Amino acid sequence: MIPASFEYERPANLDAAVRVLQDGGEDAKVLAGGQSLLPVLRLRLSYPELLVDLGGLAELRGIREDGDAIVIGSMTTHDEVLKSELVRQHAPLLAQATATVGDRQVRHLGTFGGSLSHADPAGDLPTIALTLDAQLHATGPGGPRVIPASEFFLDYLTTALRPGEILTAIRIPKLGAGWSTHYEKFDRVAQAWSIVGVAAAVRRSNGSIAEARVGLTNMGTTPLRASLVEDELSGAAASAATVASASRSVTEGTHAPNDLAGHADYRNHLAQVLTRRAVLAAAGI
Amino acid sequence: MTRVSVTVDGVSYQDEVEPRLLLVHYLRERLGKVGTVVGCDTSNCGACTVLLDGRSVKSCSVLAVQVTDRTITTIEGLAAEDGTLHPVQQAFHDNHALQCGFCTPGMVLAACDLLSENADPSEDEIREGIEGNLCRCTGYQNIVRAVQAAASEGRASSASTGATTGVTS
Repeated sequence: MIPASFEYERPANLDAAVRVLQDGGEDAKVLAGGQSLLPVLRLRLSYPELLVDLGGLAELRGIREDGDAIVIGSMTTHDEVLKSELVRQHAPLLAQATATVGDRQVRHLGTFGGSLSHADPAGDLPTIALTLDAQLHATGPGGPRVIPASEFFLDYLTTALRPGEILTAIRIPKLGAGWSTHYEKFDRVAQAWSIVGVAAAVRRSNGSIAEARVGLTNMGTTPLRASLVEDELSGAAASAATVASASRSVTEGTHAPNDLAGHADYRNHLAQVLTRRAVLAAAGI
Repeated sequence: MTRVSVTVDGVSYQDEVEPRLLLVHYLRERLGKVGTVVGCDTSNCGACTVLLDGRSVKSCSVLAVQVTDRTITTIEGLAAEDGTLHPVQQAFHDNHALQCGFCTPGMVLAACDLLSENADPSEDEIREGIEGNLCRCTGYQNIVRAVQAAASEGRASSASTGATTGVTS
């Protein structure tokens, strides 16, 4: 299939990109790595009149350390994230999940920021951003602003980015000592989309779980935090029985989709199993 | 129309193209590089894989205008000028790593990309490394054998010449 016609701009800097995107209005769309957008265009599920290609913006690429966080440029590819020592050291959960995104070809072009902005509820990286309490930096006609991950994902394929706004960087707080993480993903083998995915971050202290965070992929129209499970785990004994019991609460507040990959009932069951596995693995139990 | 300037298999091209032109169609229809095939057209199958600055990409999921000032290697640019096959191509030939042959160009380039990063992959790493490429004939056993053979050939020749099996530019 061939996409419908569109105009194409490849701005040389961020200011120009914001301007061109704003001028394009509602019919303009940002092109990052294109690994979600191009299939959508080819299937003619979307008809933008203007594509603003951020591929020329070196300023949006790269990973750096900034005090108690690492900052990842939005146009950094999955492959670059995977090869980053900073990510491996300070956000191993992101490295683990990124390794499961698409395949080598997709990871060579697809970008971290593109994946977050696309906001597919079956995508893994929005869940990771939410679980790690990432801060999303955007720039638009109104200047730069910071959006917490918890306020970024609004609905199916819908984010808090305003018209003309571009996601520029993702700031991920380093997990301190005592934290460990795990991403448990159940997918269709040759496709790599999560049927359900569960991210867990756990801080152990003296035989108990001091703090826990649990993020869910594809259990609603946005990535979700399983706050009831988090509350039940915090301060609980670090035992298999406690984790299994808390994991049963994971479906509270979720709205699992029904689709060809699985019914909601199946996903609800899967979410409980994967939560138990993810928390146990993260907690080293 | 937008200008694209790209090096493909060692030759520079400048063309005016529609922005919506996919790289795979540019390669096949403008440059006549029909060795790069269109398989699924939905970015699942990897048959259209080419190397972009040495890294594998699916050319059905890239616009021609996106690769301006970059370097593409297709299956047609792998063999030496005198027709000597690239070690990965030779290994596919030696191990009968094809049935219908349609996935082969993409498989060979995916293998080149994998080996350029990991000269000594385990069988699991090979299977995972080519997960973006489907063989609809399900002829994976010989494909994996061929990649293993190319890897060991590459290690042997790099030990003697310093060359590697992978393509890096």
